[in-house]
Amino acid sequence: MALKRCDVEKLAYLARLGMDDTQIDNTTASLSDVLGMIDAMQAVNTDTIEPLANPLEANQRLRPDTVTESNHRDDYQTLAPAVENGLYLVPKVID
Amino acid sequence: MHQLTLANISKALAAKQFSARELTSHLLSRIEQLDPQLNSFITVSKESALQQATAADELRSSGINAPLLGLPIAHKDLFCTEGVRTSCASKTLDNFIAPYTATVVDKLNTAGFISLGKLNMDEFAMGSSGETSFYGPSKNPWDTQRIPGGSSSGSAVAVAARLIPVSTGSDSGGSIRQPAAFTGLTGIKPTYGRISRWGMTAYASSLDQAGFLAHNAEDCAMLLQATAGFDERDSTSSQQPVDDYAATLTQPLKGLRIGLPKEYFSSDLDSRIGDVVNNSIEQLKQLGATFVEISLPSLPHAVPAYYVIASAEASTNLARFDGVRFGHRCADPKNLEDLYLRSRDEAFGKEVKRRIMIGTYALSTGYYDAYYLKAQKIRRLIKNDFVSAFKDVDLILGPTTPNLPWLLGSKTNDPVAAYLEDIYTVPANLAGIPGLSMPAGMIDGLPVGVQLLAPYFQEARLLQVAHQFQQHTDWHARTPAGF
Amino acid sequence: MQWETVIGLEIHAQLATNTKIFSGSSTTFGAEPNTQASLIDLAMPGTLPVLNQEAVRMACMFGLAVDAHIAEHNIFARKNYFYPDLPKGYQTSQMDDPIVGVGHMDIALEDGSIKRVGITRAHLEEDAGKSLHEDFSGMTGIDLNRAGTPLLEIVSEPELSNAKEAVAYAKAIHTLVRYLNICDGNMAEGSFRCDCNVSIRPKGQSTLGTRTEIKNVNSFRFIERAINHEIQRQIELIEDGGKVTQETRLYDPSKDETRSMRSKEEANDYRYFPCPDLLPIHIPREMLEELRTHLPELPTHKRERFEKEFGLSTYDASVLSASREMANYFEEVEKICQDAKLATNWVMGELSSLLNKENLDITQPPVSAKQLGGMLLRIKDNTISGKIAKMVFEAMAAGEGDADQVIEQRGLKQVTDSGAIEAMLDDVLAANAEQVEQYRASDENKRGKMFGFFVGQAMRASKGKANPQQVNDLLKKKLEQ
Repeated sequence: MALKRCDVEKLAYLARLGMDDTQIDNTTASLSDVLGMIDAMQAVNTDTIEPLANPLEANQRLRPDTVTESNHRDDYQTLAPAVENGLYLVPKVID
Repeated sequence: MHQLTLANISKALAAKQFSARELTSHLLSRIEQLDPQLNSFITVSKESALQQATAADELRSSGINAPLLGLPIAHKDLFCTEGVRTSCASKTLDNFIAPYTATVVDKLNTAGFISLGKLNMDEFAMGSSGETSFYGPSKNPWDTQRIPGGSSSGSAVAVAARLIPVSTGSDSGGSIRQPAAFTGLTGIKPTYGRISRWGMTAYASSLDQAGFLAHNAEDCAMLLQATAGFDERDSTSSQQPVDDYAATLTQPLKGLRIGLPKEYFSSDLDSRIGDVVNNSIEQLKQLGATFVEISLPSLPHAVPAYYVIASAEASTNLARFDGVRFGHRCADPKNLEDLYLRSRDEAFGKEVKRRIMIGTYALSTGYYDAYYLKAQKIRRLIKNDFVSAFKDVDLILGPTTPNLPWLLGSKTNDPVAAYLEDIYTVPANLAGIPGLSMPAGMIDGLPVGVQLLAPYFQEARLLQVAHQFQQHTDWHARTPAGF
Repeated sequence: MQWETVIGLEIHAQLATNTKIFSGSSTTFGAEPNTQASLIDLAMPGTLPVLNQEAVRMACMFGLAVDAHIAEHNIFARKNYFYPDLPKGYQTSQMDDPIVGVGHMDIALEDGSIKRVGITRAHLEEDAGKSLHEDFSGMTGIDLNRAGTPLLEIVSEPELSNAKEAVAYAKAIHTLVRYLNICDGNMAEGSFRCDCNVSIRPKGQSTLGTRTEIKNVNSFRFIERAINHEIQRQIELIEDGGKVTQETRLYDPSKDETRSMRSKEEANDYRYFPCPDLLPIHIPREMLEELRTHLPELPTHKRERFEKEFGLSTYDASVLSASREMANYFEEVEKICQDAKLATNWVMGELSSLLNKENLDITQPPVSAKQLGGMLLRIKDNTISGKIAKMVFEAMAAGEGDADQVIEQRGLKQVTDSGAIEAMLDDVLAANAEQVEQYRASDENKRGKMFGFFVGQAMRASKGKANPQQVNDLLKKKLEQ
């Protein structure tokens, strides 16, 4: 399955990867190769097969509605690139 | 001291043949001396390791003689370790000091283990060679021109070079078993859900499992015993009771039926590796096992299915790395778009970006059915193959890898070729069954591993067979020259 | 050209759990920023979600209350997009297999008729954090306290035909979730948010027109205005030769108009797929049966019962059953005074006005149901007149005690002794002899107004305490003489 450059640009944007032209070109080629390998899957007939999402096929455990977390804001925010008055800062978002 | 297995170190410490501090100190100086040529460590925790060692010795002299007290270990750098950098070998987290500790590490700490540091790996566990690391590749101590395998590259190298006796690793498509095979180690990937994933940076959530690299099955058993079990913080953690792995190690193999998938022995397999596998079959026959040919017909589709599922899950698992709350942020972002686009472009390496894009593609509208859904159906077929085979046999045996470890740089421009090397290991992750690789021969001075696969939650059986094999062979005891 | 409108509502109700849907963080409103954001809420590497059982229970209660199909298994899916208030870069939501399936909600329209509105589905998902745009000189501040709060997204069929129906539906859902105690319905705090999907089409056409989505309207009044504005906008657009673009819009109450949102998610492909960190949720049938026994009397049933048992109009019954607290209040009052009409008039009249004026709600009434019921008994047994009762009511609200106490203290007992009344009337007529003559000399028409004058004088003379009916009867008799 050969990808076109514009497809790769769209994918890069969806994934928020700001790749330059060289990267886009290189990626278009290698992605097309990988997709070629992946297309081998189509040879198998899976019409009657149920997908397997989780190997153990168990059900979700439920947890009681009790508060178990406490405030560690100061510790966690030492990891943040930009913080003010307890808020994480990002460039202004306009709706 | 550095030649001792974990089990023997435990006995030696108990018998006061040397102290934890002496051992730790010795290993730290070996790391300092030898790791520059190997690049297996990202972070060495010298101060804290010595402190922990001293504390362990004090506990021991006050009469507490826990079997795992004072044992040295190091952790793959995707396990969160509170207060210590946890980088996942990525620029994204180069500055990330983990605010909490992964369950598997916590259990080992509580048992008395001393962590000497964090080990190199492929970036975000994406790779089979160690070459995608932001900190540069680790080198195979058996031939430093060659890859040690990945993604648990540093975990394998540090143990193989006897810088530490054991390490933690993770395996989503073979990332413990393949480097174990390439470096002459015993590596175990338990059943999916056997060990908690809490604190283990997610790559492919439905495939990831924590595991170990050691010199032998006995050491793997000790580590598995200390870490297996239900964790309420991980919804995918299993409540299956934990076996006594040591108890069954010494059971004889008489009556054991082992399956040999005919699909394994194709022209893609290096015939010399085929010979090593055959030798190991002979050895196991002598120990009482019988062999039967079986079929895993969906095997040819395992690699594509794996790469679709793993990439799809990884593409969303890595979306949290956006430079907002932690991790790398680009300088002077002009607006929100710029923040995301530039931070992520700067932070991720080539292979990571490639897999994120594959994953994004596989999930996108119009392609979901043909790719992601299709891969999940093939996954069902692969599980069915194993369930069916295990009706007939107790274990499955085969090569761990189709080829020997390749030269550094030789496959970096051919991702597909690299992906196809995972043919024997990915099926176990897709199905969730446990797998182990043990050293079974040498070719041109390079180790060769043989893989065992077992039904769900039968790690004990894997360890038993490997242990018995290791009582009668010495491949696992060899050391690369100079280490 | 005749147009008809098609409206569908997506309501996000914040579930009133103690903790978030996937983490044990508190959900208390109003905490300092990011003090209720745990490792999981911050999407730290290696963190994993575990599902809150109360969120599941609450969703099932809702499903049972709207007669919906609740499947054996439901699945969480990842909805992928980038936004700073979404820490993981995906929202854990439900796509193909929601917890609640097809159901319905009956709503009472203004004309008293009942319309059945289909509910397509309701699913669980996590809320995002909040963005604060002021005070940060070119930056936006992100607070993740809200990130991870459980939401139940309730999707209606596009079966609402106008803004009033849409409001009636929204109010019905609002009442229901509060009845079930699964959501506090506080729209100002954002616990109950409505997205309105609006499209128009030529009358009689069966295919739907292009719809726009008006997001996050947080009051019933704004819902009505926003929808009406949008309908108008679309009609004008098409009649001018334009085409409606499928887009997301925001309602601006200060300008009373909707405007297009800068395409935040327009070009987004959400790439939904089952979340691999969570397993399928199993809903055993026994659990549903057990939950069903805990369902309170639902608003619709209560309304119907009020109509039947108390002979109330649909409108009155709707108002009185708008909340469990209001319904309980009314029923207690009725039980004491045994007069549904009287109780209705006073609860919907004086009491509601008082609550409005004092900015209180029915959970903090200045006059308790017991007090009001007691007072109404005194009207019924003629101790006080309706007019005097208003004074008694105000006195009770001011804290002067129960009806009997107020009546006693202020000497408000109605005078019903005919002898006393007659004597008083004789005095009144004597004092107003001229008017009496004029009255007797006038014809039927003029007499009506003049009669009122005498009644007024009589009430003044008796300080309002004379029984009005007796005053009327006796006055008439005396004037006829």
